[in-house]
Amino acid sequence: MSNKTITIDDIEVPFEEGQTIMDAALAAEIYIPHLCHKPGLSPHGSCKLCTVDVDGRAVSACTLPAAEGQRIDNNTPALNEVRKTITQMLFIEGNHLCPSCEKSGDCTLQAMAYHLGMLDGHFPQFYPQRELDASHPTLVLDRDRCILCELCVRASREYDGKDVFAISGRNTNRQLIVNSATGRLADSDIETDDMAAHICPVGAILIKDHGYEIPIGRRTFDLHSVAESDLGEIKLSNVRHHDE
Amino acid sequence: MTSSYQLNHSDHLLHVLFDEQQKSLHISDAAINSIAAQLNLPRAQVESVLEFYSFFHRDLRGRFDILFSNCTSCGDLELMHQLCERLHVEAGKTRADGLVSIDQTSCIGMCDQGASMLVNGLTITSLSGEIIDHMAGLIESETPISQWPATWFRIGNNIRKEGLLLASSFKPGAALKSMAKRSSDEILEEITASGLKGRGGAGFATGMKWQFCRDAQSDNRYVICNADEGEPGTFKDRILLNSHADAVFEGMTICGSVIGAKQGYLYLRGEYRYMLEPLKNTLQQRREEGLLGSDILGLGFDFDIEIVIGAGAYICGEESALIESIEEKPGIPRIRPPFPVTQGLWGKPTVVNNVETLVAAARIVLHGHHWFEASGTWQSKGSKLLSVSGDCARPGIYEYAFGTTVQKILDDAGAENVQAVQVGGPAGRLIAAKHFNHCIAFEDIATGGSFMIFDESRDLLEIIHNFARFFAHESCGFCTPCRVGTTLLKNGMHKLCGGHATAHDLDEMKCTAAMVSRRSHCGLGMTAPNPIRDGLNYFPHLFEARLLHQEMEPEFNLDASLEEARKLTHRDDAEAHL
Repeated sequence: MSNKTITIDDIEVPFEEGQTIMDAALAAEIYIPHLCHKPGLSPHGSCKLCTVDVDGRAVSACTLPAAEGQRIDNNTPALNEVRKTITQMLFIEGNHLCPSCEKSGDCTLQAMAYHLGMLDGHFPQFYPQRELDASHPTLVLDRDRCILCELCVRASREYDGKDVFAISGRNTNRQLIVNSATGRLADSDIETDDMAAHICPVGAILIKDHGYEIPIGRRTFDLHSVAESDLGEIKLSNVRHHDE
Repeated sequence: MTSSYQLNHSDHLLHVLFDEQQKSLHISDAAINSIAAQLNLPRAQVESVLEFYSFFHRDLRGRFDILFSNCTSCGDLELMHQLCERLHVEAGKTRADGLVSIDQTSCIGMCDQGASMLVNGLTITSLSGEIIDHMAGLIESETPISQWPATWFRIGNNIRKEGLLLASSFKPGAALKSMAKRSSDEILEEITASGLKGRGGAGFATGMKWQFCRDAQSDNRYVICNADEGEPGTFKDRILLNSHADAVFEGMTICGSVIGAKQGYLYLRGEYRYMLEPLKNTLQQRREEGLLGSDILGLGFDFDIEIVIGAGAYICGEESALIESIEEKPGIPRIRPPFPVTQGLWGKPTVVNNVETLVAAARIVLHGHHWFEASGTWQSKGSKLLSVSGDCARPGIYEYAFGTTVQKILDDAGAENVQAVQVGGPAGRLIAAKHFNHCIAFEDIATGGSFMIFDESRDLLEIIHNFARFFAHESCGFCTPCRVGTTLLKNGMHKLCGGHATAHDLDEMKCTAAMVSRRSHCGLGMTAPNPIRDGLNYFPHLFEARLLHQEMEPEFNLDASLEEARKLTHRDDAEAHL
């Protein structure tokens, strides 16, 4: 056990050399909201949900190495307000229609919105026009819902040992593309069992022919908050139902 | 790493894509596949690069592909509309016969030369209504660009005031020769003692940067000259590359010898393509004179320089994005730390210096740090090249010792009835008259060199709107706050300038601006809201005067919102409007 520590919201948290603030926080069961981060995949720092203030400076917890003595603000009303705004930005730049989305209840973006008390999109919708790719026999790629977190990109490269996805374009024209000769998912080497096919935190990559097997109301985030499920330790005593 | 990481100029993805764009007027799906195969890159990498840089297109462009600058200093979109009308073509679309396409682009660095454009990648300045009419005729008759009036392509230097760097002459090899009896420690000490700070705007101590890079453990290191001068209103690197290229390359070579790098890259912005051949010639000449290559001047070190040319992406001026671009990827700024001095190009320790910094470094090695220190202020040694443009009698390059006031510069440039000055470009600061007594210096008004003057006749809100559009267009889109926030700010300014905004919209813009500044991934997002923030701070009356003052204030323009419905139903008659 290391004797080096950082302080997150007045709690002393030990860390090992090489750990990020996020690593140290997760190990100590402290939740720092995040969407583009997944332990085991290389950190990305793009969604900015994990923005924290380290000695007054705004940084991404998922990419900044922990260093002795850092004083970190995380779960503060001001930071959660910033995170709510970021979540609203992610909603309004895409086409997120929860009631008609198969992922509803299992969607981390939606769960994040509940967690942060988001009641509306706040900003005017962008209503982008994005292409759907239903070419693959078992998978569908619905770019309307993509939040550009690149989890699928990294899962494919780092876990599946393939290179199926990439992000193309710039500014609000950024979009998920498929690395195949035609640019279609059907012509890529992705397989249903790949991590990249399952890692999508929203409903942008879905498995075909498996709709609504778990009814709405009994899904992951219907039963547990995003903080609980992300810490991987779901304390049943603390279960919060979506209608409470 | 290995020699396979060394770039071959003609094989660089950006260069291959440029050639293909010139040849086929677009990059087809088939071309993407064949380029990927030719360069042994994943297809998605080729596609993402082509979609990232604005000079590459998947749809067919005209045989004359024209881009008008939309900069507040070197742009005039009235002229663009004039040419569109003359040639019966819609801006942004290619004419049906494939002859011509006309569009806009961000500042092309010709702010002292009047309205400017790029035609098939080449720069034409000092545009006027007569020239546009003449040009329309040449295009209709498909006269090759090589037969267009040569005067159109002439780009002067417009040096108005010479100082420390511009006044003294520089003989190629002089600084290198002066190193003969000095160790690299002594050279580094000279740079450090001079107090030279980075001239790109951020002002990091150059000696320290070189030291960090030299001290980083590695078998290989790189020097990069950042000539991606993209900040609207900046053109001083253009002059240095045009008339002082030897000093630039010599600065790189000195840096290479100090840090132990064998290879340097000059990353030239795509808008300066017309300088590519002259720069290559200078490099070749330096090789022939033994100033590049192996055992330079018998000093016992090897160094050479390659040029990589960009393709329309402001963000590549950010050093880690620039490195990504040299690595044939979209220009997305990296996570920092690690910084380039420890992990830069291909993971190796890399110094990225601004053009002006390298020129200053070469001079310091030649003349000694005392020569340099004598100018400037206590915290800002030396001089600064300013690119002065906008509403003044004498736009051009002015070199001042640090510590010169804004007012003095305005007087020298012959600016009258000045409403505001944008110092450091849109990413810098909007200065109101009451602050004209402030100085150009790292400790007061820091700047990369852009100095745009706006007199009382200008609509400052439209200027800020222009800057907001610029950032929304140039945001790389990697992080949420900048990607979405810059577009929200652009939309906010659009609404305000259209006369539809309410006091609530100003509050919204303030909140969004603060959030984007503080929470973005890189300097672009952190500075993008500056014009709006400064505008609201120093010119609140202008914003308030443009608000809708009504009891019941509509949140949006209902008629404009029906535009999509009109398009879908192919209607534009009176009944389809409110």
